[in-house]
Amino acid sequence: MSEALLIVEDLQASYGDARALHGVSCAVNKGEVLALIGSNGAGKSTLLKSICGLVNHTQGRIIFKGEDITRLPANEIVRRGIALVPEGRRLFPSLSVEENLILGGKVARPGQWNLKAVCGLFPILDEKRHQPSTSLSGGQQQMVAIGRALMSNPDLLLLDELSLGLAPIVIKDIYDLLPRITGGGLSAILVEQDVTRALASASRFMCLQEGHVSLEGEPKAHSREAVTRAYFGT
Amino acid sequence: MEWINAIVQGILVGGLYALFAAGLSLIFGVMRLVNIAHGDFIVGAAYIAFVVIHATGLHPLASLILVVPMAALTGYLLQMGILNRTLGKDILPPLLVSFGLSVIIQNGLLTIFTPDSRKLDAGVLETASIDVLPGVAIGYFPILIFVTAVVVIAGLQYMFYNTALGRAFRATSDDSEMAQLMGLDNRHVYASAMALCLAVVALAGVYLAIRSNFDPFMGPGRLIFGFEAVIIGGLGNLWGTLVGGVILGVAQGLGAEIDPGWQVLAGHLAFLVVLAVRPKGLFPRIAG
Repeated sequence: MSEALLIVEDLQASYGDARALHGVSCAVNKGEVLALIGSNGAGKSTLLKSICGLVNHTQGRIIFKGEDITRLPANEIVRRGIALVPEGRRLFPSLSVEENLILGGKVARPGQWNLKAVCGLFPILDEKRHQPSTSLSGGQQQMVAIGRALMSNPDLLLLDELSLGLAPIVIKDIYDLLPRITGGGLSAILVEQDVTRALASASRFMCLQEGHVSLEGEPKAHSREAVTRAYFGT
Repeated sequence: MEWINAIVQGILVGGLYALFAAGLSLIFGVMRLVNIAHGDFIVGAAYIAFVVIHATGLHPLASLILVVPMAALTGYLLQMGILNRTLGKDILPPLLVSFGLSVIIQNGLLTIFTPDSRKLDAGVLETASIDVLPGVAIGYFPILIFVTAVVVIAGLQYMFYNTALGRAFRATSDDSEMAQLMGLDNRHVYASAMALCLAVVALAGVYLAIRSNFDPFMGPGRLIFGFEAVIIGGLGNLWGTLVGGVILGVAQGLGAEIDPGWQVLAGHLAFLVVLAVRPKGLFPRIAG
């Protein structure tokens, strides 16, 4: 059992009156990829946003590298080494591709990722570096979003719906690169609609259903039926 | 010649209007705050200069060395202490708070400085001029105002598109939530923008106070000129703001040439014409 990088304890979060998370606990170990699956509205994105400080959770604790980050603002959490690739990519439209990446590296944590390394991973970005980020195709924008997150040299990468709105061939390209990203000992939480792809890319998974953890473990340890039940709650 | 003179003077005074407008445009661009108190900031800066000059005996232009940093610091603290608390998804609270600030500043100035109108004395600079054509004399001071406006706008433009601070401004304006995930502290980014805005406001205020009399209630009128320059030029386009200021200045100059009572009205009419024909201004920012 390796040392836990992130520990989430009994996390509760709500949007106004709507409770999105009802006491979720989980842990991510060093170098591990955790797949987070569940249907729409199960609380996957809320959990990611809580971890990186964008959602004010009402109860529970988040421990990162042994330190309580529960109440830290988002701009401090990224300094501790958590980066988010958000759902829908959310690049800065006023910034060029290169500027998006440079801004991602603003916190300047030490590590292997810099402009050159990101452009090495995604060569197309090097060609388009001076273009407005909005002029790129969806897949290329996703590469910028991933690169932007990597630029901060995080210890934990949160990937939210990487495949959303992308062509299957592009999704495959991006997932093929995933081992190169996580290969350097980087941990990741992967939120994905495509359960098969998520389970294939992860060492462990957790299924959320209406704000509760309905199943967790190693992908191989559970039958397809068990996962389906946990997913749909039937 | 009278008409040419009116146009030339109008262009030069347009520089002052562009200085009124630049900070307004910056603040709206970065934090979607329509700052109703902007004109009162300008007048407030003029009073700060008035106090500084009384205390030190400095020339008004030399006083800028003190007034600009003082204004910038005030802007930073004002944003941190008050305005940041009002910013959110709804644009109404900051608007209302800035309206309240406007009332407070006007009445505060009235209480401290009385309603008497004041002026900053820049000595010979105010009257020195150069004859460019027979009947057309250009004052050194209006030239200084215009050159300052060009330098300030070029500087802001450069800052916005070529520096880390400008990148932070643009990113925060685009998506403040994501900007925080880049390690930017929004409160600090907004306060930096307000500091920069008030630095420009200090220049505008001192120039205004050298050029004409000022009193505690002059702010709203300057705010209108600033707004008109921004809208004529096109929201989010700094060079457009300079052109907007010039158009406003020229319209006022020509109006005054027809009848002195038409000066301000002619400016407003030019603004209304632009608004009717090109609602997005003459040079709207091209959407990314």
